[in-house]
Amino acid sequence: MKDAVEEKFLFNKTTIGFWLYLMTDCILFASLFATFAVLRHATAGGPSGSQIFEMPLVMAETIILLTSSFTCGLALVALKARKITQMVVALASTYILGAAFLTIEISEFAKLIGEGNGPAHSAFLSAFFTLVGTHGLHIFMGLLWLLVLVAMLMRRGITSKWVRQMTLFALFWHFLDLVWIFIFTVVYLMGVAK
Amino acid sequence: MFGRLTLDALPHDPVTIGGVAGGTVGLLIIIAAMTYFKKWGWLWREWLTSLDPKKIGVMYIVVAVIMLLRGLADVAMLRAQQAIFATSPNSPISPDLFQQVFSAHGTIMIFFVAMGVIFGLINLIVPLQIGARDVAFPLLNSISFWLFVAGMVLMNVSLGLGEFSAAGWLAYPPLSELAYSPGTGVDYWIWSLQIAGVGSLLSGVNFLITIFLMRRKGMTLMKMPIFVWSVVTSMVLVIFAFPILTATLAMLGLDRLLGMHFFTADMGGNPMMYVNLIWAWGHPEVYILVLPAFGVFSEIVPVFSRKKLFGYTSMVLALIAIMILSFTVWLHHFFTMGAGANVNAFFGIMTMVIAVPTGVKVFNWIFTMFRGRVSFQTPMLWFMAFVATFTIGGVTGVLMAVPGIDFVVHNSLFLVAHFHNMIIGGVLFGAFAAYAYWFPKFTGFRLHEGLGKVAFWCWLVGFLVAFLPLYALGFMGAVRRMDHYDASLGWQGLFIAAGVGVLIILLGVFFQVVQLAYSVWKRKELAVGPDPWGGRTLEWATSTPIAEYNFATLDAVHDRDAYWTVKKAHEKLSAQYYDIHVPNNSGYGALIGAAALGVGFALIWHIWWLAGVSMIALIALVISSTQRTDVEHVITAREVALTEKRLRGKRA
Repeated sequence: MKDAVEEKFLFNKTTIGFWLYLMTDCILFASLFATFAVLRHATAGGPSGSQIFEMPLVMAETIILLTSSFTCGLALVALKARKITQMVVALASTYILGAAFLTIEISEFAKLIGEGNGPAHSAFLSAFFTLVGTHGLHIFMGLLWLLVLVAMLMRRGITSKWVRQMTLFALFWHFLDLVWIFIFTVVYLMGVAK
Repeated sequence: MFGRLTLDALPHDPVTIGGVAGGTVGLLIIIAAMTYFKKWGWLWREWLTSLDPKKIGVMYIVVAVIMLLRGLADVAMLRAQQAIFATSPNSPISPDLFQQVFSAHGTIMIFFVAMGVIFGLINLIVPLQIGARDVAFPLLNSISFWLFVAGMVLMNVSLGLGEFSAAGWLAYPPLSELAYSPGTGVDYWIWSLQIAGVGSLLSGVNFLITIFLMRRKGMTLMKMPIFVWSVVTSMVLVIFAFPILTATLAMLGLDRLLGMHFFTADMGGNPMMYVNLIWAWGHPEVYILVLPAFGVFSEIVPVFSRKKLFGYTSMVLALIAIMILSFTVWLHHFFTMGAGANVNAFFGIMTMVIAVPTGVKVFNWIFTMFRGRVSFQTPMLWFMAFVATFTIGGVTGVLMAVPGIDFVVHNSLFLVAHFHNMIIGGVLFGAFAAYAYWFPKFTGFRLHEGLGKVAFWCWLVGFLVAFLPLYALGFMGAVRRMDHYDASLGWQGLFIAAGVGVLIILLGVFFQVVQLAYSVWKRKELAVGPDPWGGRTLEWATSTPIAEYNFATLDAVHDRDAYWTVKKAHEKLSAQYYDIHVPNNSGYGALIGAAALGVGFALIWHIWWLAGVSMIALIALVISSTQRTDVEHVITAREVALTEKRLRGKRA
């Protein structure tokens, strides 16, 4: 049984195809990063990053997202050990942490727009909102996917198809974590650095 | 309720009204005929919902051919304007319409003709050549096709509702920004390409996985047919380049939709960045199109020379070299933008370097013919025409790779002549060669040879007459996209010659249509067996017509020219049949395409409720498509045996 699960995790068309898809997503983000790098000083008289970024909140976002990746990993470990309750708890934590991350991000965006620093204000802000927002959109899709996974689990239990989908979701979630580390560094840390 | 969509969106000028009326009447006749002959159910069951790559491939090509006819109609208008009316103030085609028409011509020819033909060919040939029964993700394949169709439909809706982009086929900002193009044209351009582009991206993933994981036992990478190799390199380019297009179009769309400032001329926006991004996709795109065409010729030349391909390994290495180098030359599209002498020199040298592996391929094809028993049938004629025209195009390309020369001919008709040399002489001639070569495999009868030759000569002569004058005009200073010029310049004679060339090409198209109709009519006399040319690769080992499952048995492959060795050794294919799983039809592709079309249309016209509804429908459809349970059905070993007997028995 363990071997069959192992095999589902690693070598099948879907998993490798999903890896390829992630690489294409990587290039999508790379294009947005490159654009951000070009435009990050094009503030057109508007605020620069150091004037609008609230680093404590961003730090909180980072910790929350990294933790959600950890709980997602725990869910996979629990699945391999066939400990279903633990897995469900880990997945629920992942969902809550992901939702918390998204809530903080949306409130940050709302605050900026409320202060008149929306994406239409300068090229820098356009690039900032689009890069960070694209990541946020991916997180939203991930949360939606997680809901679908839970619904599938409740309807049919653990099937080989579910295991495969769960593996793909984990890949997706870790990938978003990785992208966020780059956003944290390039957008926020380098943005507030003097 | 309908956003910006009002009755004003209907066409006003007589030329467009004529086009729309013609298109609508044609569509109505087809719909009426389908209804009268009660063919809708058949169409839905046998074609639209089919996940069989052989059928999806045919549908791609049908769409591409229809779009080719529209693209040709566009260019006939352009050349008529330039040859006849350009020196007079009164012309039936207004400057604005002229701009829309050349933008539409370029967009249609690249995205909906060339891409359609290439993906059609890949669908038809790749699974067969690697000895597989299907692609890796059959439903995803259908979704890709329907996204392509959705983009195509959206693009054509612009003819009747609103306008099309007047900003050229790559919509450079700041012209394509809201400030200078406030209408719906650029939005149509953005969303039709965005939707079709996502389809291409998914196809890229699908075919790479198909080729890497589903090859016949024994077919190592270096035993793959060279066409499959060309598809590998082309699809690698797709998955690396298309995300850049997606991001770039999204940013331009955000500029226009939410007033952002990525590429605007004010508020810190940087139009030059757009030009860099679009060509970082655009240059690889050229190779995405032409590499499979190289693959086609690499299949055809050995078969019609009765020799194995000369220098297989160097062919593969050349493909890989082109694949890598194609990402290092994009700046040669805008030497004049002012990146500086050193940057220009680097990209100029890289551009010349990429000509080297291309030259290797040309020599390999010629050496394959050397001392072969060459038979000059239509596929081979297309190849010879390709070598000649493509070499002219390649030489003019290297010429323009010198930044100093490029400054002189930049944006002139010299450039237009150059890239038409590459795309018509390379991609289109490759597609025509493939059409003549593989047609009998899928239909059981070959195309009429005489008519094919007539069409070929019309195309070749027409092509030369249409484009050689443009080289001269470019040197004389005629720029591209020009609808008026002064009579005293003395250009009209050359423009008339170019126009005559277009007419000769249209004659070629006419003969191609006649050829197809005549061949279908005389299909009994033109009937051939499953291996009419003495093929070398696995697709010729199947029966004709090809069974749904492609191959009844999956015998291991031992050699590069897998079928050739089997034939030479008189090996018998194993006759022990097993149950075969084939995918069930699915309507999800069509539905997802329809939802994507809704999203695109709503965003163009700012109909927010429709955008929301279509988006939710799209997400719901994607989720529900992953929850399908009845994905495949079984063809039992007994049924396989009966089918094989029926298909093979006929001419065994």
